[in-house]
Amino acid sequence: MEGYSVIGERLPRVDAKEKVTGGAKYAADYSLPGMLWCKLLRSPYAHARILSIDTSRAEKLRGVRGVVTGKDFGGWTWGWMLTTRDEPPLAVDKVRYLAEAVAGVAAIDEDIAEEATELIKVDYEELPGVFDPEEAMKEGAPKVHDYVKNNISAEYHWNFGDVEKAFAQSYIVREDKFRTSRATKGYLEPPAILACYDPAGYITVWAAKQSPYFLYRHLAACFKLPLSKVRIVQPFIGGGFGGTKNDSLAGDFCSVLLSKMTGKPVKYVESQEEELMTSRRRHNMIVYSKMGVNKDGTLTAIHHRVIADGGGYTAIGPMSLYLAGIATTLPYKLPNFKYDGYRAFTNNPIQAAMRGHGITHTRFAAEIQMDMIAEELRIDPVEIRMRNAIEKPKPGTIYETINKVTLKTCGLKEAIQEVSEDPIWRDRDKMSKKEGDVSWGVGLSCAPYLGGARLLGHQSCAATVRICEDGTVNLITGATDCGQGSDTVLCMIAAEELGINVKDIELKRVDTAYTPVDPGSWGSRVTLLAGQATQIAAREAKKKLLEVAAKEWQVKPEEIEIRGGKAFIKSDPGRSIPFERLARMACYSGTGAVILGTGYSGYGLEPSGLTSGFGNPGISYSFTAQSAKVGVDLETGKIIVTDFTIASDCGRLLNPITAEGQIEGASIQGLGQTIYEDFIMDRGKTLNPTFLDYKMPFSMDVPNIKLIDIVTDDPDGPFGAKEASEGSIVSAPPAIVSAIHHATGVWMKELPVTPERIWRALKEKPGDKK
Amino acid sequence: MKEIKLTVNGKLHELTIKPWRTLLEVIRDELGLTGTKEGCGIGECGACTVIMNGNAVNSCLVLAAEANGKEILTIEGLADGDKLHPIQEAFINHGGMQCGFCTSGMILSAKVLLERNPNPTEEEIRKGISGNFCRCTGYTKVIESIKEASKNLQ
Repeated sequence: MEGYSVIGERLPRVDAKEKVTGGAKYAADYSLPGMLWCKLLRSPYAHARILSIDTSRAEKLRGVRGVVTGKDFGGWTWGWMLTTRDEPPLAVDKVRYLAEAVAGVAAIDEDIAEEATELIKVDYEELPGVFDPEEAMKEGAPKVHDYVKNNISAEYHWNFGDVEKAFAQSYIVREDKFRTSRATKGYLEPPAILACYDPAGYITVWAAKQSPYFLYRHLAACFKLPLSKVRIVQPFIGGGFGGTKNDSLAGDFCSVLLSKMTGKPVKYVESQEEELMTSRRRHNMIVYSKMGVNKDGTLTAIHHRVIADGGGYTAIGPMSLYLAGIATTLPYKLPNFKYDGYRAFTNNPIQAAMRGHGITHTRFAAEIQMDMIAEELRIDPVEIRMRNAIEKPKPGTIYETINKVTLKTCGLKEAIQEVSEDPIWRDRDKMSKKEGDVSWGVGLSCAPYLGGARLLGHQSCAATVRICEDGTVNLITGATDCGQGSDTVLCMIAAEELGINVKDIELKRVDTAYTPVDPGSWGSRVTLLAGQATQIAAREAKKKLLEVAAKEWQVKPEEIEIRGGKAFIKSDPGRSIPFERLARMACYSGTGAVILGTGYSGYGLEPSGLTSGFGNPGISYSFTAQSAKVGVDLETGKIIVTDFTIASDCGRLLNPITAEGQIEGASIQGLGQTIYEDFIMDRGKTLNPTFLDYKMPFSMDVPNIKLIDIVTDDPDGPFGAKEASEGSIVSAPPAIVSAIHHATGVWMKELPVTPERIWRALKEKPGDKK
Repeated sequence: MKEIKLTVNGKLHELTIKPWRTLLEVIRDELGLTGTKEGCGIGECGACTVIMNGNAVNSCLVLAAEANGKEILTIEGLADGDKLHPIQEAFINHGGMQCGFCTSGMILSAKVLLERNPNPTEEEIRKGISGNFCRCTGYTKVIESIKEASKNLQ
């Protein structure tokens, strides 16, 4: 791309060769001599008191080396905030969801470990459970945690402007109830860990974590060790998408404790069925949405009352609830906004973060409601969005929402324009509407998403660039690539800044003994924050190299540039030396210093108001507009999705291949949660905990995807970049549901839109008796 | 215990195994070829795909004893020394993988597809990998990679 040598190039991933040859090692691929296998015993009840646990028969089984129960962790509990440390590594007195782990076994092989878990006898007293979040909040409902009133795990009440007055003055006010599905991340690699507790008092683990520094803190606290003695080595990660691979799991704590007890390495690999039964899923939320507009369709006010099913423990739930509220003042101009959010404990599995975190629920509700209002007012869906869309702030100015979310760039209007001119939308009234039993429709939606999220207490994010004497470079960060391509992009940032080729940069994956602390992979933060840290570190290393060259050439450092692997005098490019030689000079005839550059990210450090709803959840915001074309079989309710056109303002794409892959992949995850994906629950039991029964999109199910790139160059982001991945998981569901309405005339307000739901809705459609 | 002979990536292995071991377990645990992945263990996701006597199979659904005497190709055996197979090259150049966990199986399914149908349509490519689940890419770049490989193999 113009002005840059590396940024903007369609370069292959730096780890691509290892991934296509089978050489990339994931946590379950590691083994050590003498290693034991850990298996967990899980509760058959969703809510029960544990009266006693007898492990004696398991301990006597030949090949068993250790058994642990909840009491062995000495009452230690953990959680995301100081006030929410409610989760023990293994259940102690009570189980709060079905399949919560109650005991762990280490044995010489997996079969024996499995058999031993079946020999553990647990006496339970089953308790009445509560499985619906609205029921859970009622007076007298069974209590999931004794200390919590009405099972309310978190609640937020924000009121910006004057919604009541605005509703009273609105031309139309609509009230609708929406519900989102129980979706899961669906990565193929189940959680796994290989743990070694050295008798000298330090822990080393290889674990499938997208945010290894969470586990680092948890293990130090649980085993009462200083952080300097906890070493998390990050293998390749087989997909993350939030939730489970951010948090620590029973298998993690048990493997480490069993290793401590036995003196042997212990490996734990969760089965996909255990994962699907117990993993931290996306919250399913009920959204009561009240929206007011003027006669011209411009928004006057939104009031969202959200009820989230939290499951048995807090986990990161308060953050999910915060995000469900915070972004409702984007991507449209909204003068009045009220939010009442509740997260209720139930005896369902724990619900937590997933890509599109929090925002997907309320955006789904608001986008569909806006379409309903447009229909009522006979305003075109594009037109109502253009009238409401936040404009692009003039360079140097800031747009501020009513709750003080600020943005410096916004390409939304351009994105809507592009999508509306694309043939899929443009021809929506010209296409053949009906072919046999299939009726066709096209829908449109918009979405904002935050990038560069900061969480309370998780600010530190650094990079070191180390110049080797042969001119190659080690890039050392605490960032984790769980598939999104950030390792590649960070190497590209370093290469661009240093003026060398990407192949000369070697990125070292996280090893908490050597890499700097980092928050992890969530909130679309890695490329922006670790990217900025890398940029600063590379500039510092470069500065030191320029000083060496300047001394050699008897000029000022500012007179020298490094590009294309060569240092040269700007006014006399003929005077140049290869980067490799400059590095050697710096190392051998320099000051004695090793050439190291360090940097840390300083973006977005102002505190955000988790409880007040004021302020920024991230450093910048992506904006997406997308269309979707669907066919609905009016006899069977079956939906096929044939086309997506997605226009994304991601600032600037640092590597188009990886960014496109993120947008495409997220949109297909969005497709899954719109029309297939849902855990079917029966009193806390997940009835479909396998990939056979929990349906995700396969290659035959996915539409053709056309991407349109809107470049805005945000000043707060390395080379103008913003997030690229979470926007399209938010835009896909309302676009599809709006297309289903165009095809059938029915509004589907509950996800997923299964064939059965469509079929029922069509039967109930007024004036359309079948 | 059961004695079996397996030819894996051109090399003959004589193994004594428990009769209930799957081909996937033997490949990973006995032979140490960890490029073959276990995603679901019930034949739904395709991460454990290997080529057995020319057919793509879910190695988690094949008992090792059933594979006795058969020729197996795993991802580790696809490249010719340092020279990558054109399908591997295409996946690298067209972003056919993200996290990489489905990649071994996806590439081997693509190999069987292209052997049988060197010039597949997009629909045929989609069908050819319809047993291989990928959560990261949304398949677009996987399909593009296979299209490119098919051109390069002509």
